[in-house]
Amino acid sequence: MMKPLEGLLVLEFSQFMAAPTAGLRLADLGARVIKIERPVKGEAGRQIAIRNIFVDGSSLVFHTINRNKESYAADLKDPEDLERIKKLIRQADVITHNFRPGVMEKIGLDYEAVKAINPRVVYGVVTGYGNKGPWVLRPGQDLLIQSLSGLAYLSDTNDAGPVPFGLATADMICGAHFVQGILAALIKRAKTNKGVLVEVSLLESTLDLQFEVITTYLNDGGKLPQRSSVKGNGHPYLSAPYGIYQTKDNYLSLAMGDLHKIGEAIGVNLSGYTEKTSWFDSRDEIMTQLTEQIKHKTTAEWLEILESAGIWCSEVLTYEQSLRHEGVNVLGMQQQVTLPDGGSLSTTRCPIRINGERLYSDVAAPRPGAQTESINHQFDLA
Amino acid sequence: MKPLEDYLIVDFSQFLSGPSASLKLADMGARVIKIEKPGTGDICRHLYTSNVILNGESSVFHAINRNKESFAADIKSENDKKLIWELVKKADVVMHNFRPGVMERLGFDYASVKAVNPSVVYGEISGYGNEGPWKDKPGQDLLLQSLSGLTWLSGNAGGPTPMGLSIIDMLAGNHLAQGILACLLRKTISGEGALVQVSMLESALDFQFEAITTYYYDGKLPERSERNNAHAYLGAPYGIYQTADGFMALAMGSIPQLGTLLSCDALLAYTDVAQAFHQRDEIKAILAVHLQTNTTQHWLQILQAADIWCAEVMNWDTLMQHDGFKVLDMIQEVQMNDGFKYRTTRSPIRMDNALFTSAKGSPKLGQDNDKIITELSK
Repeated sequence: MMKPLEGLLVLEFSQFMAAPTAGLRLADLGARVIKIERPVKGEAGRQIAIRNIFVDGSSLVFHTINRNKESYAADLKDPEDLERIKKLIRQADVITHNFRPGVMEKIGLDYEAVKAINPRVVYGVVTGYGNKGPWVLRPGQDLLIQSLSGLAYLSDTNDAGPVPFGLATADMICGAHFVQGILAALIKRAKTNKGVLVEVSLLESTLDLQFEVITTYLNDGGKLPQRSSVKGNGHPYLSAPYGIYQTKDNYLSLAMGDLHKIGEAIGVNLSGYTEKTSWFDSRDEIMTQLTEQIKHKTTAEWLEILESAGIWCSEVLTYEQSLRHEGVNVLGMQQQVTLPDGGSLSTTRCPIRINGERLYSDVAAPRPGAQTESINHQFDLA
Repeated sequence: MKPLEDYLIVDFSQFLSGPSASLKLADMGARVIKIEKPGTGDICRHLYTSNVILNGESSVFHAINRNKESFAADIKSENDKKLIWELVKKADVVMHNFRPGVMERLGFDYASVKAVNPSVVYGEISGYGNEGPWKDKPGQDLLLQSLSGLTWLSGNAGGPTPMGLSIIDMLAGNHLAQGILACLLRKTISGEGALVQVSMLESALDFQFEAITTYYYDGKLPERSERNNAHAYLGAPYGIYQTADGFMALAMGSIPQLGTLLSCDALLAYTDVAQAFHQRDEIKAILAVHLQTNTTQHWLQILQAADIWCAEVMNWDTLMQHDGFKVLDMIQEVQMNDGFKYRTTRSPIRMDNALFTSAKGSPKLGQDNDKIITELSK
């Protein structure tokens, strides 16, 4: 199958997570993505590891984010290297970077300069906090963005204090928006034949992620989110029973639904909560009663009772249980990439299917500069 | 000029996942027509959060469906069906988020739409894909968080802790928008249409690709720290800490360096880098006690001067009063056809130095029927 972005050339000056995850998505959709990296060491993200796991000289995290890409080594402070990069830019459709404001200007590869070289370029920039204001020079780091954006006041219980989302949520959502901006810009370019500047920031993306609840806050007289005091509650703005409950042997998730019907199925008399508004206003009380009852049966017993009553519920799985479950296996979400030394690495594939087909690629992340020679040759740069 | 200005999107989707995707496309210029059931419409219209009702409908419906039109039509009535077919024939994009099999029964599945509109980009979101033991389960956010392993990443060690917003809906919507845009781009070149499919489960797994890849590699489950957890796979100091007057986030720094900067001698002993991970609970406990002895500003001044990644923790009140927020111009006011105004956020994407704003509020159910029928009869 022809992938939708085949024929597109993307130069990725970006590092770390947000922008490179966008590069990965474009690559999986068929674009050719070349990372421009400093010689020998490559991008800084190669050294950022979780659980200190390194594979083929770079962190496993780097491999996860940068598979299906090529690497071209260039020292942007070296005039000869910079000339080669400018030649390459002439032939590129998209370039991306996530340097702090001012860095690309100093190198001479800011949007105006690049547009002069390639008037049709789509130039994508990821920042932490936008390009002006008191925070522009602050580090655009995921936990800091979560902390500034109010996101930390949505999870866990009210007395838990601020609780961050336990993975790089700001990076992931910003990368997702970046892909959309770049693709829409390419559509615009197809009509105008002119270059386009696309900008996203971690902070704006993390605010957008909260758009439902921020809109509620902006129109309810500015009430801050009130999380339930019951452990396992799932959403500060939703009524009982929304949350996770401990069972005799494990846990059970209960989503929204008709509280009276749910109470009946579980064996708790909730008929006194006649008004739907009380399902929110008295949710702590209701959820406490449910907690007391749910712990007396196993998860399997509850699922049988609740699912047959059409109540929205599920078990709560760990990776060990989930990734082996037939419900996940049937997706074919796991794929192998082949490392330069012939070994292989398991990771996940692109979550989008085109014309019924899953998009796989066995190309592992490149070593720094792995394709420098072939790119020099192919694009006549040397 | 907005990039999607002359595109027509016919959107059958409800709730959050699909409609959040069409909102992104609407903000970038597309015309989005919601096809809604007469009488009730998108069920989200009456899915209230914290009992807030705005102009008769839920605040989240207004957030998700601004900048769109509403066409009330009964898919099961022959007459209405004809009108929907007329719209679908003209559409660049048709999208829905029904459970597997429903669109086939309703007659607007990809094969049928493609037969009359060969270059259509047809997008769909399911909960769990179109096959397997979970395909008929409700595609509901908390259930997806629970089944995908996501609830073992946030909060301190102990029981599962969901992420407190509909994160999987949001991700699936973003992924669908990506797929649709990629295929619209190809359509500008080759004229080809496409079927784009996303499921909430695949989106939930993609969101966790770092942690899952690590699990594939070492077979070890995520382990959250006992206290101040912010990321199951990262060592101390990564976390949020209480200070004398609030909370602060601390995202890096070698432990002895932090000991020196913060004048916390107990941290000087942790000289081995590996200790930051293996002894993170005790290191975090020391930090937690120490940071309560002074104010957030005091600590931030010291740490920021040393280029340590840290920040104050804000709620929306403090955030929205800050110049760092105001300068973004993130809030816009929109107006409905009946004059009702409300405030909401704008698109997070900027293009050619311009913001994608739109003053158009959410549609009343069926408010655009007359206009659309007139257009169709031309």
